[in-house]
Amino acid sequence: MLILIPLLPFIGFVVNAFLGKRLPKSISGGLACAAIVGSFAVALAAVWSVVSSHHAMEQTAFTWITSGELSIPFAFRLDNLSSLMILVITGIGSLIHIYSTGYMHDEPDSEYARYFSYLNLFAAFMLVLVLGASFPVMFVGWEGVGLCSYLLIGFWFKKKSASDAGKKAFVVNRVGDFGFILAMLIIFVTFGTLDIQAVAAAAHSTYTPETAGIGVITAATLLLFLGATGKSAQIPLYVWLPDAMEGPTPVSALIHAATMVTAGVYLIGRCAVLFSLAPITLAVVAAIGTATALMAGTIGLVQNDIKRVLAYSTVSQLGYMFLAMGVGAYAAGIFHLYTHAFFKALLFLGSGAVIHALAGEQDLRNMGGLKKHLPITYWTFLIGALAIAGIPPLAGFFSKDEILWRTYSTEWPAFHLLLYGVGILTAFLTATYMFRLVFMAFHGERRHEAPPAHPEEEEPVAHAAAAHAASAHVAPSTKHGTQHAAPSTQHAHGAHIHDAPPAMAFALIVLAMGSVLAGFIGVPHAIGGNNWIETFLEPAFLAPGAVHEAAEAVHAGASVELMLMGLSVGLAAAGIGLASYFWLRNPAASAAWAQRFSGIHRLLLNKYYVDELYDAAIVQPIKGISTGGLWKGVDAGGIDFAVNGVGLGVRGSSSLLRRLQTGSIRVYAASLFAGAVVVLGYYLWR
Amino acid sequence: MITLNHYLILSALLFAIGTAGVFLRRNLITMLLSIEIMLNAVNLTFVAVGRYLGTVDGQIITFFVMTVAAAEAAVGLALVIALFRHRETLSPDAFTALKW
Repeated sequence: MLILIPLLPFIGFVVNAFLGKRLPKSISGGLACAAIVGSFAVALAAVWSVVSSHHAMEQTAFTWITSGELSIPFAFRLDNLSSLMILVITGIGSLIHIYSTGYMHDEPDSEYARYFSYLNLFAAFMLVLVLGASFPVMFVGWEGVGLCSYLLIGFWFKKKSASDAGKKAFVVNRVGDFGFILAMLIIFVTFGTLDIQAVAAAAHSTYTPETAGIGVITAATLLLFLGATGKSAQIPLYVWLPDAMEGPTPVSALIHAATMVTAGVYLIGRCAVLFSLAPITLAVVAAIGTATALMAGTIGLVQNDIKRVLAYSTVSQLGYMFLAMGVGAYAAGIFHLYTHAFFKALLFLGSGAVIHALAGEQDLRNMGGLKKHLPITYWTFLIGALAIAGIPPLAGFFSKDEILWRTYSTEWPAFHLLLYGVGILTAFLTATYMFRLVFMAFHGERRHEAPPAHPEEEEPVAHAAAAHAASAHVAPSTKHGTQHAAPSTQHAHGAHIHDAPPAMAFALIVLAMGSVLAGFIGVPHAIGGNNWIETFLEPAFLAPGAVHEAAEAVHAGASVELMLMGLSVGLAAAGIGLASYFWLRNPAASAAWAQRFSGIHRLLLNKYYVDELYDAAIVQPIKGISTGGLWKGVDAGGIDFAVNGVGLGVRGSSSLLRRLQTGSIRVYAASLFAGAVVVLGYYLWR
Repeated sequence: MITLNHYLILSALLFAIGTAGVFLRRNLITMLLSIEIMLNAVNLTFVAVGRYLGTVDGQIITFFVMTVAAAEAAVGLALVIALFRHRETLSPDAFTALKW
């Protein structure tokens, strides 16, 4: 039964990939949706049986690798943690498939089928990733989703910036994958097995946090975390995610917000037993997560591309999840992953509806006043923004507050109060930039369509971003030329802005309901809930057979927790208020502030110059070494020189030797005679 | 008394004359004739040494050489005729096209 869950979308991929060109849109799109919805139904049944029987479900598809002591079956395991994940993937995946049938409808038939085949393939690999019972099987999914991410970011590959963004995502992810592979090797050498549960049991019986010290466990977990930073866009490997917004918007919602980018968080949750044995790694995870959350949040404040604001918001929220993992609050991290999937998918799909309605316009400065034109989009988007800002009782409030509370109340690591402070500052920033987006896009009046007066002053100088901005400004109506080829002319001037078509509206409304309700499975004890999700997930983070220690100490300070809750809600409200002052009631003030702090503004607008830094520190040296050393030195100077040298040597010596072949028969006879004389002479006079 | 050495000296002289002819004459037919002289010098050696050793091997080999020489002369003369028809000359220096 488990094998059906990834198999159904895979079948959808195969059919659409090979026959899609000949199928009309209704069939190729319908088939893709049926595959993922069918997978959702099977997943529901499987999860139901796991929950009701309290036992993990396992299935071995086939024996994959056997060599000496190494034996890796291609096995799937469904426990409480992966149950939650497959429901998110297939459930939100289904909604996004349905949404895509509307969003991509202006593509030609073959492109439409290609899009859905990639989307189905992605779902299949993502399900293999979360269902894999051993590291190699998980790694198959891990690489597969990376491939699909590359294919879908570069879906409009005729646009240079899109294909560049795809390559960037792929290359940056390779750095993380390399960490994952090394971690697998260390684990196999140490424990002699790659089955995740067996590794957890072996580690649990061999080590305790005190005896583990700084050794193989720390090394393995740090390398796993390197893999997670690549896939989940954390410092130092987050740079690919904002560029990934070149892909179609539903892809950004599915892959770069709801599912794939959370794979790193899932990986840490899956290996929680190992991470718990490595305090140093946990401190690194928490510190990196917090730093990423703050950094991305500040960048998000000043970006002008609607999808880039959401991308930085995603990076920031992923930082939150890593903060939770780092302080050992695995359940809280996964809970935030789950609620985030709802409201971030909703926000991305909402932004997609805006872009769709405006025929490819993505610049916030050219929007405004869309509230009356796009009521469904507006209200659902508002719900998503409130949820991410942490306004009770929406989903984001419960999960974010759980993370902040666990950060505050965990005595470890020593700098937990600093982490808490930065976390709550980020919560404030989140509310501010989300409502800046809402006010700029939906409130006020529709602003000019022309580019701003001094784009070169305000826009990032980074080549990729500059190219992106240029395409956004110079030709707003042709940006997605292939996508909206026909309707772009009539929509470009905003004469007939239409709200989301039914398929898109359906997905938006369902996700909005999810964003409201999803948090209620994790109502904290302090306000009378029972935090069901934590109880549900906790067994997945313990070694098999380990006794669940009651975490009563955490719940001791209920009054403190209430106070902190009040603080974070107050800050979220303050953030919304600040946003409404600057971007709704007094737009001139924001420009004035940008002028006054132009240095900081420029720094944020250019994303702390990290892309430029990487370019100068890594890309250019590698290019230099490759060009000067490997290409011109080793390849041209060494290998080519040797091969060409042999040829030249043979040609040179033969050009001397061939002079012997004179064609004169008398010379031949003379040399024959001379040779005979020499040979005979040798034998006669020796 | 005519000893083996006399025969050998004679055949060495004949061979030297033939070799000099091959190298020095500028006429293909003369060169062929010089080669015949060289062959007959060798034949003389075979016969003389056969007589000296009291066997008939030398005489048998001589017949072989004569047979081969006849065949060689036939082929060689045919080639010479073909070459002459081609170039209207018999000088070996005219036929040096087969070179680098």
